[in-house]
Amino acid sequence: MHIHLTDQPIDVAAVLASVQDDGAGAVNTFIGTVRNQSTGRRVVRLDYEAYDAMAIRQMEHVAAQAQEKWPMLRQVAVTHRKGRLDIGDVAVVVAVSTPHRADSFAACQYIIDTIKQVVPIWKKEEYEDGSVWVAAHP
Amino acid sequence: MKLKIALFGIAKEIVGSSSLDLDTPDEQSVAGLMNQLRSQYPALNELTSFAVAVNSEYAADDYRLHQRDEVALIPPVSGG
Repeated sequence: MHIHLTDQPIDVAAVLASVQDDGAGAVNTFIGTVRNQSTGRRVVRLDYEAYDAMAIRQMEHVAAQAQEKWPMLRQVAVTHRKGRLDIGDVAVVVAVSTPHRADSFAACQYIIDTIKQVVPIWKKEEYEDGSVWVAAHP
Repeated sequence: MKLKIALFGIAKEIVGSSSLDLDTPDEQSVAGLMNQLRSQYPALNELTSFAVAVNSEYAADDYRLHQRDEVALIPPVSGG
């Protein structure tokens, strides 16, 4: 598995290249990008903070869980960005390769959904008139 | 014992620092530590949730903490 946390722009092509596998007939990718609005407020940028060591450990766990659920998975790659991101920037890339496409969709969705639940990374939305830590309060 | 607790995101803002040195009973449980933090920083009670991590893993409520553990307070995550 290829798991990375970076404060530099993500090279999406490099992540895709890392899951290339001669036994795979499908590569599935999720790319999370920074949106310009949230709950009706205009977002000007995001700041991502990470607990680096634990974030990497937890992303490894999620990838390993996916490999248990989908034993046919050939390659898994997750790269998450941290630091200051502008509108349109890539925040996260998940890529998987499998022999057939159905498993690639399912595994890719499982990985991104689980990452959002367990990986200790926090997103602060910056608006023109303030900022909010996303999901912190009910 | 003295525990050093790493803080992130909104927890860092609530406490006003990126780490906290806390006096806590020897072999304090994770649940006990959370109660101690809740009473010392009531704003933590307003969060959707929070968890304690020990050595980069989520810790169960009954885990007994040791001074050498790397402890962190994990407010609701929002990566992706």
